[in-house]
Amino acid sequence: MNDAFDIRGESHIEVHKFRAGAIIIATLLALLIQSSFPIHFAKAAVLDLPLLVTIYFGLSRRNPSTGLLLGMFIGLLQDSLSGPTVPLGLYGIAKTIIGYLASSIGARLDTEHPAARFALTFAFFITHQGLIVITRRMLLAQPEPWFNMHLIVAALVNALVAVFLFLLLDRLRKN
Amino acid sequence: MVALPSRHKSLVLLAGVIVLQVLMLAVQIKRDSQGRLIRVWTVGAVSPFERAGASTFGSVRDAWRHYFALQNTTKDNEQLRRENDTLKLQLSQLQGKAAEADRLAAVLNFRQSHAEVPMIAARVIGVSAGTASMTIQLDRGERDGIRKDMGVITPDGVVGKVVETYRNEAQVLLLTDKDGGVGAMLAVSRIHGPVGGQGEPLLVMKYVANDDEVSPGERVITSGMDRIFPRDIPVGTVADVKPGNTFKQIRIKPAANLERLEEVLVLKTLRPLETKTEENPADAKPSVPGAATPPPVVRR
Repeated sequence: MNDAFDIRGESHIEVHKFRAGAIIIATLLALLIQSSFPIHFAKAAVLDLPLLVTIYFGLSRRNPSTGLLLGMFIGLLQDSLSGPTVPLGLYGIAKTIIGYLASSIGARLDTEHPAARFALTFAFFITHQGLIVITRRMLLAQPEPWFNMHLIVAALVNALVAVFLFLLLDRLRKN
Repeated sequence: MVALPSRHKSLVLLAGVIVLQVLMLAVQIKRDSQGRLIRVWTVGAVSPFERAGASTFGSVRDAWRHYFALQNTTKDNEQLRRENDTLKLQLSQLQGKAAEADRLAAVLNFRQSHAEVPMIAARVIGVSAGTASMTIQLDRGERDGIRKDMGVITPDGVVGKVVETYRNEAQVLLLTDKDGGVGAMLAVSRIHGPVGGQGEPLLVMKYVANDDEVSPGERVITSGMDRIFPRDIPVGTVADVKPGNTFKQIRIKPAANLERLEEVLVLKTLRPLETKTEENPADAKPSVPGAATPPPVVRR
C-alpha cells in the first residue's frame, strides 16, 4: 500500500510515521502562529510556517500523493486566512506542487541531515515564491516582480528556522 | 485496462488537483466570487484561538518587555535582587496594563473629539496568513454593525478599509497592500492625488504633475473624495519626491504604525463625512458633488 517504497526502488530510506493527529495539529498550529505572530513581531511575517510544515511532512512521509494533498489542504487554508484579495488557489497550487516535489525528493534522498534540510528548504522557498509569481502573472494578470534581494533573505531565514523546526517536529515521529 | 504505475498515479493526481484549483481561480475571477463559504469556515475555526492568543500574548509581551527594561537598573545584592525581580515582574504586569489603558484612553479621546463620526473600537486579533496580501483581522464583525467598505483608522491616521465581514470578525485591507488606497491631498498645497500601497512599508501618491511643488516632510491628509474616509484625517508625510515622466514619484510614510496595530477604530458609516474643521460642523459641505446622497449600504 505504501507508494513511497514502490517508486524509489531503494527500501533503505525509511518512511516516517507520526503520532495520531500530529500532522493536523502541527498544520493548524503553523497557520495559527502565522496569522497571529506578526501582530507582535512584524518581522515574523518573513516566515512561511505553513510552507515549512508542508516541506517537512512531504520529506518525512515520502508519499507524493499524500504530500500533494497535504500541500493543497494547507495552501487552501492559508488562502482562506489571507483575505479576499488572495483568491483561493494561489497558495493552494504552489503548496500542492511543493508537497509533491518534497515527497518525491524525500523518497529518493536521505533528507535527515541539517545541511540537506537547509539547502532543500532554501530551494523550495524560492520555487514556492516562483510558483506564486507565475500564478499571479499568468492566471490573475497581476504584475509581480520575479526576483529581489528580499526573497533571498527570506529564503535564508526560512531555511535556518526550518533546521530547528524540523528537529522539533522529529519528536512527533513514532519510534 | 492497463494499470498505471504508482509514480504515474501520483502525477495524474497532481495534474488533477492543479487543474481543479486553476478552474477554481478562473471561477473566482469570472464571477467575482471569493469562495466565501470556505473562508467563513476557516476564519470561524481559527479566530477564537487568535482572539485568545492576541490578549494572552499581548499581556505576556508587555510584562516581559518591561521586565527587561527595568532589569539593568538593579545593583543590589543577590537576595535583594531576587526580591526585586519578583516585585519588578508584578510592576511590569501593572505597567503593561497601564500601557494598554493609555492606548485605549487615546482611542477613547479620539472618539470623543470626533463624536459626529460614528465609530467603533476593535482589537486586532490576526494578520494575513501569507505575504501575498496585507490584511488584519478584527474582533468585531457584522453583529457589531461593521460592513464591507467601511474605513478603519487609529488616532494617528488611516489604516485601511474593511474588505470582508463575518458574524464576529472583519478583515481589513491595509493601505500598504497593493490593492489598498485612499483619496488624499497634500495638507499645504491642497493638491489631490490617490495614495496607495505597493506591498512595502511606504505608500505612493499618484497623479501629481511634475510642475506641482511638493516638498519632503509635507503632511498628507484624506480628501474625502473616496467616499469612505472623512476629510483631514492624517494619511502620512512625504518621505521623498522624484520627478517622473509625466507625474512625480512621491513616496509617503504612513501616519499610523501599520506594522504594529493593536486597537483600531472602524468608521461605522458608508457616507462621506466631514470632520469638525469649520466652526459649525452643521455647515460642513460634502467634498464630493452629490455626495450628500448616501450610496446604497452594502448588505449581503
